[in-house]
Amino acid sequence: MAPKKKTNTEDYLQMYRQMVRIRAFEDNANQLYLSAKMPGLTHMYSGQEAVAVGICEALEDTDKITSTHRGHGHCVAKGAEFKEMFCELLGKAEGYCRGKGGSMHIADQSHGNLGANAIVGGSMGIATGAAFSAKRLGTKDVAVCFFGDGATAQGLWYEVMNMAALWSLPVIYACENNGYSEYTKTEEIAAGSLTARAQAFGIEAHSVDGQDVLAVNELAQKLVARARKGEGPFFIELKTYRYHGHHVGDINRDYYRSKDEEAEWKITRDPIVNFGKWLEAEGVLSADELVAINDEIKADAKAAVDYALDAAYPPTGEVDMHVFAGVDHALSYV
Amino acid sequence: MSREITLSKAVNEAIAEEMRRDPAIFLIGEDVAEAGTPFKVLSGLVEEFGPDRIIDTPISEPGFMGIAVGAAMTGSRPIVDLMFGDFLFLVMDQLCNQAAKTHYMSGGKLQVPLVLRTNLGATRRSAAQHSQSLHALVAHIPGLKVALPSSAYEAKGLLKTAIRDDNPVVIFEDKLMYNDKAPVPEEEYLIPFGEAAVLREGHEITLVATSSMVQVALKAADLLDRDGISAEVIDPRTIVPLDEETILSSVRKTSRAIVIDEGHQNFGITGEIASRISEKAFYHLDAPVVRMGAMDVPVPFSPALEDLTVPTPETVAENARLSVRGELFHAA
Ligand SMILES: Cc1ncc(C[n+]2csc(CCOP(=O)(O)OP(=O)(O)O)c2C)c(N)n1
Ligand SMILES: [Mg+2]
Repeated sequence: MAPKKKTNTEDYLQMYRQMVRIRAFEDNANQLYLSAKMPGLTHMYSGQEAVAVGICEALEDTDKITSTHRGHGHCVAKGAEFKEMFCELLGKAEGYCRGKGGSMHIADQSHGNLGANAIVGGSMGIATGAAFSAKRLGTKDVAVCFFGDGATAQGLWYEVMNMAALWSLPVIYACENNGYSEYTKTEEIAAGSLTARAQAFGIEAHSVDGQDVLAVNELAQKLVARARKGEGPFFIELKTYRYHGHHVGDINRDYYRSKDEEAEWKITRDPIVNFGKWLEAEGVLSADELVAINDEIKADAKAAVDYALDAAYPPTGEVDMHVFAGVDHALSYV
Repeated sequence: MSREITLSKAVNEAIAEEMRRDPAIFLIGEDVAEAGTPFKVLSGLVEEFGPDRIIDTPISEPGFMGIAVGAAMTGSRPIVDLMFGDFLFLVMDQLCNQAAKTHYMSGGKLQVPLVLRTNLGATRRSAAQHSQSLHALVAHIPGLKVALPSSAYEAKGLLKTAIRDDNPVVIFEDKLMYNDKAPVPEEEYLIPFGEAAVLREGHEITLVATSSMVQVALKAADLLDRDGISAEVIDPRTIVPLDEETILSSVRKTSRAIVIDEGHQNFGITGEIASRISEKAFYHLDAPVVRMGAMDVPVPFSPALEDLTVPTPETVAENARLSVRGELFHAA
C-alpha cells in the first residue's frame, strides 16, 4: 500500500505545481503587456489550467500535442521552462523559437509540443498527421489536439475526424469549451451538440468538468492508454472558463460577458484553489506547504521574467535564417 | 465641406451609406455585430441595420465565403468581412475557383457582385500568421478586382465603388492605419477604379507606392527633397485594374522609378508594375526600375527582426539617391 500512496502524492503534487506554474506564467505575461514591455498581444490561459495539466500529465515526453493561440498553458504543462518561454514572448534569441514565433507560435520540440497556432483550427490536421505518423512508424505515441469551442466551426475538423476514425488513429481531440470564441457565446455559433458531432463518425466522445484536474487526468489516463493500444481516436469536451478577456487588451468586456459570471467561476470553480483545498483535506499537503509552493513558483517566474527582459534580441542576420531547412540564408538562395 | 475622420470611421460610413441606399446589401463575418470586429471598425452598424443584415458567423471562413458567393449569384450584394488578410488562404477556393470565374464560365450570364473586405500590413508584432500582405495572390486571378486604399479618403471612396461593382472585389485595408485621420468630404463621393492619384509632383524620380507604403514614399520624398532630389509619388489605388497611363507618363517625365509595396517582393506587385514600366517606357529610362517589397521571409515576431522586413522612408530614399546618381547595383 505504502508505495502506491507515495506515487499518488507525487502525481498530485506535480499536477498542483504545474497548474500554479501556468497561473504564475500568465500573471507575469499579463503584467508585461500592461506595463508595455511585451510586443503585441497575447491570450491568457488562466482559469483553464486543469485541462492542460490533467491531460499532459497523462502523456509521455514523446507523445505529441498541438496547441492554440491560447497556448502558454499547454506549453508549460508539456514540460517547457519559464526562461525560454518568456524569452520567446519578448522576441529574444534564447526563446524556444529564437524570437521568430512569439506567444502565438510557441513550440517546444523537445517535449513533443508541435506548436501553438494563430489559425483557429489550424492544428487539427497536424495533430491527426502526428497520430498517422505514430501509427505508420509503430512508435506507440499518442497525439492530443487542443482546440477551443470556436474551432469546432472549422470544416477541417470534420475531414480529419473522418479519416482518423476510418484509420483508427491514436489521436485525442480535446475541445476546451470555455463558453466563448472571442466576443461571442458558444451557443450562438454551435448548432446541436459537440459530442454528437464526433459520435457521428463513430468516435467515442466524453464530456468532463475541465475545472477538476483529477477528473480530467483520470479520463485522460484511460483514453491515452487505449489510444496507444490502437483503440483511438477519441473526443473529449472539457467545460472550462477563461478568466481574462479574449486577449490581454480585451478589458472592457461587459457587453458580452458579465462581471458576475466571471466572479462566480473565479470564486467557486477555480481549479487551483479547489484542488489545493482537496489536497489539504486529504492530508497530502498542509496549508503552509501550499503557500510555500506558490511562493517558490512565483519567485521562479519573476526570475525568468527578469532574465528575459535583459536577454539579447536575435542578431539581425537571423532574419532570413530558417526559411528553408538546409539553407543558411534564404535571401542569397531565392 | 471636409472634416478629419479615421480610416475606421470612413469604412464604417461607406458601408452604412451604401446599406441605406440598397437593401440587397448585407454584411457577414466573425464578430461583426455587437463586437463591431476586433478593430471596432463596424461599431454601431448592427444597431442601425439589425442582425439580419449585419450577420455574425461561426469561425467558418470557407463556409461563409461560399454562402456569400451563392447569395451574390442570386440577388444579394454581400460584403464579406475577413478579420485578417492571412485568412485568405482558407477562402481561396470559394474566392478564386468560384467567385472569380463564375461570370466567365457562364458566358456572362451569372454575376457575383460581392466585396471581400480584409487587411494587410506587418510591424504590429503579430507574427507570421497575422501580418501578411497577400493582395498579389488575388490580383493574379483573372476576374477579381483589387483595391488598396492608402488613407481614410481612399478607403471610403473605393469601398463605395466596390460595393456598387457587379464583380467580386477584394479590398485590403492597412490594419495599422485604422486610427489614422485624413480629410474626408461630408458629401457623398466615389473613387473610380483604375485611376491613380499623383500625391506629390516631382521631376527626377517616380515613387509608385501602394497602401501602407504610400506614407513611406511620401516621407522618403521629404528626405529626398532635403538632398535636392525631386520625387513624384503615385498611388495606383487599385491594382486590378491598374492605371498604367498615369504611371507611365510620370516615368517618361522623370526617367527613373521605384515601386514600393508591402507584399513579398518576389513574384509580387512590385515586379508586375516594374515590368510594365520597363516594357512600355524602356526608352525613357535612365536607370533600372527598382522593386521594394517585404523581405522574402515569413514575418518574424521579434521586433528586432520584423522591422527589417518592410521598406522604410530611409531605405526608399537611399535607393532613390543611388538611382539618381547612377550608382544602382545594375547600372554599369
Ligand atoms: C481561421 C481563423 N479565423 C479567425 C481567427 C480570429 N480568432 C482568433 S481566436 C478566435 C476565437 C477562438 O475561439 P475558441 O476556439 O473558442 O478559442 P478560445 O479563444 O476561446 O480559447 C478567433 C475568431 C483566427 N485566428 N483564425
Ligand atoms: Mg472558446
